[in-house]
Amino acid sequence: MLQFLIKRFGQSVILILIVTLITFFLINLAPGGPASMMRMDATAEERAALSERLGLNDPIPVRYGKWLGDAVQGDLGPSLSSGQPVMDRIVERFPHTLKLAFWTIIFSVIIGVVLGIISARNRNTWRDHTINFGSVIGLSIPSFWLAIMLILLFSVQLQWLPSAGTGEGFVGQFKSMIMPVIILSTATLPTIVRFTRSSMLEVVSQNYVRTARAKGMKEKTVIYSHALRNALIPVISIIGVLIPRLLSGTVIVESVFGWPGMGRLIVEAAQSRDYNLVMGVTVVATVLVIFSNFIVDIIYSKVDPRVKNIG
Amino acid sequence: MKTLLEVKNLSVEFKTEDGSVRPLDQASFQVEEGQTVCIVGESGSGKSVTSLAIMRLLEFENGKITDGQILFEGEDLATKSAEEMRKIRGSEMSIIFQEPMTALNPVFTIGQQLMEGLQLHQGFSKKEAWNRSCELLNLVGINDAQDRMKQYVHELSGGMRQRVMIAIGLSSNPKLLIADEPTTALDVTIEAQILNLLTELKDKINMSIILITHDMGVAAEMADYIVVMYAGKIVEQGTVYQLFDEPTHPYTKGLLQSIPSAEATTDERLYSIRGTIPSLNNLPTGCRFHPRCDFATDKCLTEVPPLVKENDRLVACWNINDVLEKSRGEKVEIL
Ligand SMILES: Nc1ncnc2c1ncn2[C@@H]1O[C@H](COP(=O)(O)OP(=O)(O)OP(=O)(O)O)[C@@H](O)[C@H]1O
Ligand SMILES: [Mg+2]
Repeated sequence: MLQFLIKRFGQSVILILIVTLITFFLINLAPGGPASMMRMDATAEERAALSERLGLNDPIPVRYGKWLGDAVQGDLGPSLSSGQPVMDRIVERFPHTLKLAFWTIIFSVIIGVVLGIISARNRNTWRDHTINFGSVIGLSIPSFWLAIMLILLFSVQLQWLPSAGTGEGFVGQFKSMIMPVIILSTATLPTIVRFTRSSMLEVVSQNYVRTARAKGMKEKTVIYSHALRNALIPVISIIGVLIPRLLSGTVIVESVFGWPGMGRLIVEAAQSRDYNLVMGVTVVATVLVIFSNFIVDIIYSKVDPRVKNIG
Repeated sequence: MKTLLEVKNLSVEFKTEDGSVRPLDQASFQVEEGQTVCIVGESGSGKSVTSLAIMRLLEFENGKITDGQILFEGEDLATKSAEEMRKIRGSEMSIIFQEPMTALNPVFTIGQQLMEGLQLHQGFSKKEAWNRSCELLNLVGINDAQDRMKQYVHELSGGMRQRVMIAIGLSSNPKLLIADEPTTALDVTIEAQILNLLTELKDKINMSIILITHDMGVAAEMADYIVVMYAGKIVEQGTVYQLFDEPTHPYTKGLLQSIPSAEATTDERLYSIRGTIPSLNNLPTGCRFHPRCDFATDKCLTEVPPLVKENDRLVACWNINDVLEKSRGEKVEIL
């Protein structure tokens, strides 16, 4: 366990370094900067002074070094657009994104596994074809378009669900989450359905499933205990892959639904060329991905006894 | 002796991508109480299909029983409902599969896999099932049963896994145990141990065994009665003495000649039947064995020989007299 943790930690540090390095260079190479985002009537001197004050005239590698030096000590710097510490702005937004991501994963895993099983059990029938068709549609429809369509239908026409915000009270919060979670799920749910389906189909033709039947087990036990336990193993590992996809989905979904999370924050940060904020969100998102993959690995080792238990 | 199982004109079909095939065609044989019947034949002759058909396990795959009866204690299994059949499987009759490496579930412990059958069929409590499972493991020669119960399949060797499979098969004191090449995947010393174990246990609980093998040596050792299959058809069947003393079908003869004898010197070439077994979607006309048979005549090319009583056993061949004459001639030569 300890050895595993140390190895994992080392890998994570390297990963974070690479991600921040690439992000830092990309954003700094993009045209414009905090100074060009000032008021329209700012003079050239004012802009130059701002750049000087923010240390933007140093070469990029030097600035990355400085940023990294501070970041290692837990200081992600001030937001260039608001002056607040970056950490504060992220802490304020983070729970909202976490909430969306968490419920999206729960929703897509439960519904995805159920649909995947139905699809596999009714292979090549209309049920299977319908589910397959739905998956393809879900994966191929652009989420911003679908979001707008849903808003038009459920918020504007039917007035069932709020079109923006996080909602008040339990019911309000629940209602305001429905559309964002559904939109986010279009990127994750179809993948889980497909994985469950193919994995289930493979598992039911395995010898041990025949053994379970030969023992006279009820068909329900055969499918939901003997087969499903095995079929879920690859499904669990795919969840780790889906998390980055999910986080990038929040950028669009949070913008469309006025959801005060990190997805919208990074859009604001990028628009105002708030370098520190962009870097901060990047680091937190990377850590989130690494951490959730770690959780996935622990669950994986619990479900598959052939993998050494790590948790 | 009472008849436990009577298979009558059993035919099976598989749906495949290029049409349906018939891996078992009009098979009939009987298993008496307490008897060991060996089904022998080359790979692909339909031995496993026969066992899966008796257990009614084919319908979960692409197979179907299309004709015939499987009378088990007088009741026809072929027409039983899925639920009735489920209750018989794993209690009245059990099966040990050919593939010990993959026949156990990798995500459950050995104990879980042993206990679930006991809890389901015998209504045992968890504790009773645990104790009985440990007993069963001891019975099949696993000593550290308490520890083994908690282990997973990947922690066990092939021989161990097959013993566990046997323990599962025996857990309900079945009247019929089908063992499909239980030792093929294992090495020779373990093979001997497992076969001894089966014989011992058979006598202990007076069960009948259908032992499937393509090893005539194993058949000679274990069988009371032998059924010889070729390309989905039974070509000869009789007691072990009848078949070994005077094989009457040319295929049986070939199988017996292929047994390496202890005295054979190294430079003596091992006999093998020429040619290979035909594929199911391209079966020869007439007698299915004729392209490989030294005795084949024109009749064999066009007419299917029926399985009839000849020379004290059942055999399906048009040229029995020629075969017997030749064998008797050979024997004289040896003498
Ligand atoms: N599910 C299936 N679908 C189609 N054909 C099958 C299926 N299972 C078996 N067969 C075919 O049925 C024939 C008999 O197979 P079977 O497994 O009974 O052979 P066997 O005598 O047990 O051989 P072995 O000694 O190799 O185990 C073979 O030609 C095989 O290819
Ligand atoms: Mg076989």
